[in-house]
Amino acid sequence: MRPVGFVRAMMGAAWGHSTPKGAPNVEISVTVNGSAHTHDVEPRTLLVQYIREQVGLTGTNIGCDTSSCGACTIHIDGESVKSCTVLAVQADGADLTTIEGLAKDGELHPMQQAFMENHGLQCGYCTPGMVMAAISLLDEQPSPSEQEVREGLEGNLCRCTGYHNIVKAILAAASAKA
Amino acid sequence: MTVTEAPPAAAVIGTRLLRREDPALLTGEARFTADLPIPGALHLALARSPYAHARIISIDTSAAAAMPGVVAVYTGADLADSWAAPMPCAWPVTEDMKNPAHYPLAANGKVAYVGDGVVAVVATSETAARDAVEAIDVEYEPLPAAIDLEEALADSTVIHDELGTNKCYTWALKVEGEDGAVDRAFKAAAHTVSERYVQQRLLPMAMEPRAIAAVPQPFGGDITLYSATQIPHILKVMTAITLGIPEHQVRVVAPAVGGGFGSKLNVYAEELLCMALSRKHNVPVRWNETRSENAQATVHGRGQIQNIELAADEQGKLTAIRIRLIGDMGAYLQLVTPGVPLLGGFLYAGVYELPAAYDFECTSVFTTMTPTDAYRGAGRPEATYAIERAMDSLATDLGVDPLELRRRNFIPKESYPYTAWSGLVYDSGDHDLAATEAARLADYDGVRARQKTQNVEGATKRLGIGVSSYFEMCGLAPSRVLASLNYSAGGWETATVRVLPTCKVQVVTGTAPHGQGHETSWSMIVADKLGISPDDIDVLHSDTAIAPMGLDTYGSRSLPVGGVAVAMACDKVIDKAKQIAAHQLEANADDLEFAGGAFTVQGSPDKSLPLAAIAFEAFTAHNLPDGLEPNLEAQVTYDPPNFSWPFGTHICVVEVDTDTGAVDVLQYVAVDDCGVQINPLIVEGQVHGGIVQGLAQALFEEAVYDHDGNLKTSTLAEYLVPAASDVPSLTLGHTETPSPTNQLGVKGVGEAGTIGAAPAVINAVVDALSGLGVRDVPMPASPFTVWTAIHKAGESRPSDTAGTEVGDHEGVTARTTTGGGDESTSNTDEGAAS
Repeated sequence: MRPVGFVRAMMGAAWGHSTPKGAPNVEISVTVNGSAHTHDVEPRTLLVQYIREQVGLTGTNIGCDTSSCGACTIHIDGESVKSCTVLAVQADGADLTTIEGLAKDGELHPMQQAFMENHGLQCGYCTPGMVMAAISLLDEQPSPSEQEVREGLEGNLCRCTGYHNIVKAILAAASAKA
Repeated sequence: MTVTEAPPAAAVIGTRLLRREDPALLTGEARFTADLPIPGALHLALARSPYAHARIISIDTSAAAAMPGVVAVYTGADLADSWAAPMPCAWPVTEDMKNPAHYPLAANGKVAYVGDGVVAVVATSETAARDAVEAIDVEYEPLPAAIDLEEALADSTVIHDELGTNKCYTWALKVEGEDGAVDRAFKAAAHTVSERYVQQRLLPMAMEPRAIAAVPQPFGGDITLYSATQIPHILKVMTAITLGIPEHQVRVVAPAVGGGFGSKLNVYAEELLCMALSRKHNVPVRWNETRSENAQATVHGRGQIQNIELAADEQGKLTAIRIRLIGDMGAYLQLVTPGVPLLGGFLYAGVYELPAAYDFECTSVFTTMTPTDAYRGAGRPEATYAIERAMDSLATDLGVDPLELRRRNFIPKESYPYTAWSGLVYDSGDHDLAATEAARLADYDGVRARQKTQNVEGATKRLGIGVSSYFEMCGLAPSRVLASLNYSAGGWETATVRVLPTCKVQVVTGTAPHGQGHETSWSMIVADKLGISPDDIDVLHSDTAIAPMGLDTYGSRSLPVGGVAVAMACDKVIDKAKQIAAHQLEANADDLEFAGGAFTVQGSPDKSLPLAAIAFEAFTAHNLPDGLEPNLEAQVTYDPPNFSWPFGTHICVVEVDTDTGAVDVLQYVAVDDCGVQINPLIVEGQVHGGIVQGLAQALFEEAVYDHDGNLKTSTLAEYLVPAASDVPSLTLGHTETPSPTNQLGVKGVGEAGTIGAAPAVINAVVDALSGLGVRDVPMPASPFTVWTAIHKAGESRPSDTAGTEVGDHEGVTARTTTGGGDESTSNTDEGAAS
């Protein structure tokens, strides 16, 4: 097989996604961080891909392909969800919050602030998902014990911090809230 | 606690300044490579070998090529003209080391590991490229896999036909005061131990998989490579050489990088493919690694069989050490693959006094598995594990407490700087103090007392306490030492400190942080040096157009080499500013003092000039001393005179359930000494993360291959990166013994936790079971492995009630029990589900 050439490369690149035959795109409407979006999506598009590639918010990271790592955790209608476990079409009509939607008026969200003050992040790749999961954790358990925080974070993996300061940050955020 | 007085009270160094890196990372503003918007980019996807070892009979790409969005499909033969040189290995450790040429796509009709790249697809989207990969038809003739290191050495299956053998090299380090000293010491020894340990393969699993984008400028002649790499500078040189592109036309940028741990310290096939294909198609080409690909196509860590023998006198003082290693290279040599065992080669005597009676030999072997390379600690955790485990065996044989045996052997602090048997000079240390502090924090004596009452005959919850004392040997490295090891690069680092006209400062560093917080730490160094606020300092890095020279971040080198270079550049800036100040103040430069960001004439406190005024003078250049260049900046390239030698003692307390084999870590104490701490907050974070990676090697992680060479732990659902609930809260202490080899008194700290942790954990597990006759528990000490060790030890005991055939088990069987039946653990596999 020989390369088919420069012209096709340039044309193809301009069109973005391929659409396999027999899988017509579906129109969905979602609210992301308070803004309304309507897009045509391939039925097989994962919500995380939709958020990153079509909405253009890249703060939500992809760390695995087995829904193990939690880097892509967002809030759907206020609850934390791994956005790689949901198809974009399933989110039609939903109210989504991503990491970009937390800080307001130049002020970090209290959970973001707690992560910063307690050095709860190093490379920062798991951090958006970790922060979204942590907010949801405290919504459900406002005064968790250390063990409850650790168990509540089981769906989110971090390779840098050993979790020590993440747990500390979440406990600090819980105390500040109380 | 402070042992030696730190340098005079500094304003910023030593404080827990919050990281300036954090807001961007916390808000999603930071851009990792996969986040970069690159209009018009094509996407690369690879068809990879499903066989560990096979001959390629035929490749049919026609169906893939006809698929929607597919632009081109290439085999290794199609791209043969794209490479000026094979994939680089920068560490030919011996003259006769075997290094099979390998290319980004299989080029000689064979594949040598599962995941070896065979065909490249370029398409208009990531999904189109991946869909097309599925349509590629490759016919293989499977050949026998070589998974077992000792079997591979026997050459029953030769992986690289042209080499005729799987043996890569044998490297020896024998140091004897007099010929035959080692043999004589073993003959004369009152006690000897001989142990065999296996360093299982590990998957580095940085949370960000690799990602690459190559952006050509067809008419400008340049190419920019964006890559999730730890080594933008080394990558620039190596890609230029490998692709035959003039180096000045290559720019490498490492955007935000999501962890590396050594796995991004490499030159990868996909980087070269993206660059070559972007030049072929004259458009950007990008590639995002999936996690499953990451498990197969990103280097693995560890992979050694260690045989260690200790000779000791009646008191347990070491008199000689003999080590025989087999190193698992994997299928090919990557950037520093063969050198990893050597990095540990100097550390098998640990932190102990040893006469010149050391005999180390490593034979490395090719296998049909993913290439190994540096992984956090790279050779040093392996070495530390062997000596620290063997010291516990020696203590058992002597009937001496393991901590006491260590104290008898510690290099005394009065001996520092200490010239070791190897000729290497250890810079500073106080091992006894660190051990004493760790024992205090862990309540060592209290745990020993509790053990006596708890570990009684028939007890099923047994308490164990494990000690590990370590050296890190980091800060790579004096270039001449690297030369003596045949390493193909130097160990220097660069820094530029540039005072801007308004007295804001740009620092340009050759280090390439990916989570370590260099921007924060370097700004703290400069703040104290120049007497200005860290907020007025920007730190630039990881873009070869901005920081053209550097040797990047690995081997805990950034602070003791790169950070020290920053401090030295500040000194040069101050020297130059002093000349301007002397001119302006009409004073003799020798009479000027610099403090608090201003020059003052000694004895005339009213005659003073702040740095801000000098910066502006340097900018206007209206009134500078004759011959002085109008700028206020300085560059330093610093080649360190020595490695840095952080040290410490870790103590782990576990409870082992002998019915289930489950290990519960009750307490983990680490007392680390990395000299002066620039930012204790960041130091602690490095230690925390390092400990958990070491603890994970001890208890959870293993790259498991089946007999056919399939990686059975190729996703995060199977490979047990621990979750928060799997690991304990950590207790840190520290001592501070400044390094005398650099002006900051600093040592590295990035790998210390990992180096100290694994032996502390396993020593604790074995200690808990020692009353049952258990002398060793292999890593990872999963419940099944621990249970097996207990039952094997008990087989000779008539009272043993288990009577269960343990049977032959493949690693995967062990994996299924690793979750301990705890279904709430997110990353356990199906065996743990209820």
